[in-house]
Amino acid sequence: MSKKILLSHGGGGEETQNLIKDLFFKHFDNEILLRMEDAASLVMHDHKIAFTTDSFVVSPLFFKGGNIGKLAIAGTVNDLSMMGAKPRYMTCSFMIEEGFLYSHLEEIVISMRDEMAKSGVKIVAGDTKVVPRGGVDGLFINTAGIGEIMCENISAHNLENDDVIIVSNEVGNHGACILATREEIELESDLQTDCTSLWKPVEALINAGVKIHALRDATRGGLSAVLNEWAVTSHVCIEVDEAKIPVAKEVRGVCELLGFEPYEFANEGTMVIALPKKEAHRAVEVLKQFNETAKVAIIGYVSNIYVDKVVLHTPWGSERFLEPPKGELLPRIC
Amino acid sequence: MSEVDLIEGFRDPEHMKALASLITKECKSKINIMEVCGGHTHTIMKFGLSQILPEFIEFVHGPGCPVCIMPKERIDHAIALASMPNTILATLGDMIRVPGSKTSLQKLRAEGKDVRSLYSPLDVIKIAQENPDKNVVFFAIGFETTTPMSAVLVQQAIEKKLTNLFFHINHVTVPEAVDAIMSGGDAKIDAFLGPSHVSVITGYKIYEPIAKTYHTPVVVSGFEPTDVMESVLRVVRQVNEGKSIVENEYARAVSREGNLKAQALVNTYFEKRSHFRWRGIGDIPNSALKLKAEYAAYDAEIVFDEVLPKTELNDHKMCICGDILKGRAKPFDCKVFGKACTPSNPMGSCMVSSEGACSAYFKYGKLNLKGARA
Amino acid sequence: MCLSIPSRVVEIDENNYATVDTMGVKRKVTLDLIAEEVNIGDYVLIHVGFAMNKISKEHAEDSIAAYNEIAEAMRDGEISDEEGNNNYV
Repeated sequence: MSKKILLSHGGGGEETQNLIKDLFFKHFDNEILLRMEDAASLVMHDHKIAFTTDSFVVSPLFFKGGNIGKLAIAGTVNDLSMMGAKPRYMTCSFMIEEGFLYSHLEEIVISMRDEMAKSGVKIVAGDTKVVPRGGVDGLFINTAGIGEIMCENISAHNLENDDVIIVSNEVGNHGACILATREEIELESDLQTDCTSLWKPVEALINAGVKIHALRDATRGGLSAVLNEWAVTSHVCIEVDEAKIPVAKEVRGVCELLGFEPYEFANEGTMVIALPKKEAHRAVEVLKQFNETAKVAIIGYVSNIYVDKVVLHTPWGSERFLEPPKGELLPRIC
Repeated sequence: MSEVDLIEGFRDPEHMKALASLITKECKSKINIMEVCGGHTHTIMKFGLSQILPEFIEFVHGPGCPVCIMPKERIDHAIALASMPNTILATLGDMIRVPGSKTSLQKLRAEGKDVRSLYSPLDVIKIAQENPDKNVVFFAIGFETTTPMSAVLVQQAIEKKLTNLFFHINHVTVPEAVDAIMSGGDAKIDAFLGPSHVSVITGYKIYEPIAKTYHTPVVVSGFEPTDVMESVLRVVRQVNEGKSIVENEYARAVSREGNLKAQALVNTYFEKRSHFRWRGIGDIPNSALKLKAEYAAYDAEIVFDEVLPKTELNDHKMCICGDILKGRAKPFDCKVFGKACTPSNPMGSCMVSSEGACSAYFKYGKLNLKGARA
Repeated sequence: MCLSIPSRVVEIDENNYATVDTMGVKRKVTLDLIAEEVNIGDYVLIHVGFAMNKISKEHAEDSIAAYNEIAEAMRDGEISDEEGNNNYV
C-alpha cells in the first residue's frame, strides 16, 4: 500500500478495493460487512429502533487520548446510548484529502476498531471518497448508527420537580484538550479528552432497573447547553451547586488562562442524567463501577423557582443564571 | 503555597462569608464604589458579590474596558486598514467583534480579509517576518497594563529591522478617565476600587492625586473574589474613619512605584495625545498615547492617513453605554438591553466585550432583576 | 483583556523566555518586562504572553492569614450574619 492516499484510492477501481480490503475490512471485520453488498441486510429483534447520524470534522485530527476515528465511534454510540438504545450497527463514510498519510489513516482505523469493541457495535456499510488537495482538511468522517431501544421514555420533556441531576465525569476535558492542542494558543498540558463510549454504564443502569427521566451526553455547548435545553423543554428550573461540579485542575487552568468557563466546553464521554430523587444513590453506585464514570457526582436538582432557567449556586451563598452558551466558542471541536 | 493556592486561596467560601459578615457589621451608611476596571465588574458579577454584600454597598461600573471606550470612528479605522490590499490586520481578543458604522472585523474576515485575533501581541512579529510582502498592522488597545507589551513590539520591530510592521495605537490611561468622570459632577461616587493590573505596571502612586482631589478612598484591589471583598472592607473602614487615602490590597503584586522597566519602555516609544475621544464620554485631554514623532515610520495613522475616515461617529440614540461607562446608569436601565442589544447582536460595545458591564450583566446578572424570568 | 493569572516558573531558556505552569497547564512567556532576577520556582503574573511582575508569596500568605483570622472570628461568634445595619434585606 502506498504511503499516501491518492485520488485513485477513491476512484472505485482496483486501488479502492485494495484500500478497503487491506485496511477497512482488516480492522472492521464482521460477516455483514465482508459480504460487500450495496447495502447491509439486518435482522433486528422486536424492539423500537433508534437511528442517528453524525459528521466528524474535528481539528486537529489527533489529540491527547484520541483521534477523529475514536470520536466518530464514541460519538455515534453515545447518541444511541442516550436514547437507552443498545448500539448495534453503524455506517462509516470517509472523505479523505489527497496526500493523507496512510499510516495516519491506519492509526485512526485501529482506534475505531478498539472503540467499537467497548460497546459491540459493528460497521456494516461504508463509503470512501478521496478529494483533491484542499477539498477537505485532512479527513472528515460521517456515520449513521442504529440501536435497539432497551429502555423507553427517556426524554428531555420528562424532568419533574425534585428530580436530581447527575454528571458522570469531570466536565470540559474534551473542549479544553482540543483548545490546548491548537497551535496558535501554544499551551502544553497532560490534559486528555474524555472521549469514550458510554453504552456499558448506561446498560448497567437499565439492567439495574434505575428509572431515568432524561439522559444526554454533553457535547457541543457542554453541560450548560444540556441543562438549559432541559430547563426549557421540561419548563422547569434546574439548580446546580457549583462546588459539586467535578472539573479537572488543568481544565480550570485553561479556563483561567483564556477566560472561559468549563461548563461551556464540549465533552465526548460525559453524560448528564435527570432522575427521581430516590434513584440517585443507586445510580451513583452503579456508575462508580466503571472507569469511564468513576468520577460521577450529584450536582443539583429540579425546582420551579425560575422556570426555563438554570441557576448556579456559588459556595458562598450567591447565585447566578448559567446562560446558554452563545456564539462560536471554538470551531471544529468535534 | 502553590500557584493553585494563589488562585483558589483567594476564593475560599469560609473567607467570603466571613468578610461579608464583617462588612455588614461595619458598614453604617450608603457607599457608592466605582470599580474602574472591567475585570472587576466581571468578578463582581460572576461571583455574585452584590448578593452577599449589604445593600448599602453599591457598585458603579467604570470605564475600564478598553474595547468599550473605543469610538466607532476608530473601529472604522481598523476596518479601513484591514480592507487595504495585501494587508494583515492583527489585534487582541474582543476587538474583532465590535461593530463599526457598517461592519465589524469579524465580518470582514468572513468575507476573506486577513484579520487575525491574537492570544499574544508577540505573535505579530512572527506574522510580519513570515509575510514580508504584506503590510502588517497591529491595532493596539488597552490601558496601562498592555502598553508595555506594545512598547516591546516596537522595540523588536526596530531591532529586527521590520519595514512592513505598523502600529495603530489606542492605548488609554486610567487617572485622566477618572478625572473626566468626577469633574462632570453628575456621578455620585464615594470611593474607588483601583484596577489590579494597571497598578502592577504603574504603581499605586498614580491614584494619590485622585484621593486628594476628590476626597475619595482608593483601594487597589486584586481580581479574586476575596480581594474585592477585602477591598470593600477597607473602603468601609476609611469611610467610617473619614479618611481618603490610597491603600494597596493587592500587595502581593503591586508596589507604590510599579514596574519601572515597563514604564521606561513605554516612555521610550510613546507620548501622550493632547486629545482622545472616549466612546460615551467624549474628549478627555491627555488620556491616550501615540508613537513619538521619531517612530512615525511605524505609525499606521501617519503612513496610511489617506484611507482613514475622519468623521466622528456617535452611537445609536437608544444605546446608553455612555451613561453606563460614567456610572450614571446600570445595564438594566437600558431599553434595548437583552432585547435588540445582545452579545450576538451588540448595539454598543459594553455588550460586545466580555469586560463590558452589559455583557457581564447579560451573562451573570439577569437573576438580579427582581421578579424577572427568562 | 486584563486576564492575568499567577503562574509558577518551571524553566527559563537562553532567550529570556520562561515556561510557566498554571494548574498543570504550561505556557511560554517572555520575561523581558521584568527587571529583577527571576528564578525557577518563583511566581509571576502573566498576561498575553508576558510576565508582568513577580508575585510575593509572603504578601499572599499574609493576606490569607488575615482572612483565616476573620473566618475564625466568625466561627467564634464575634461576627454574625444578623448583626450590622438593618437595611440589608
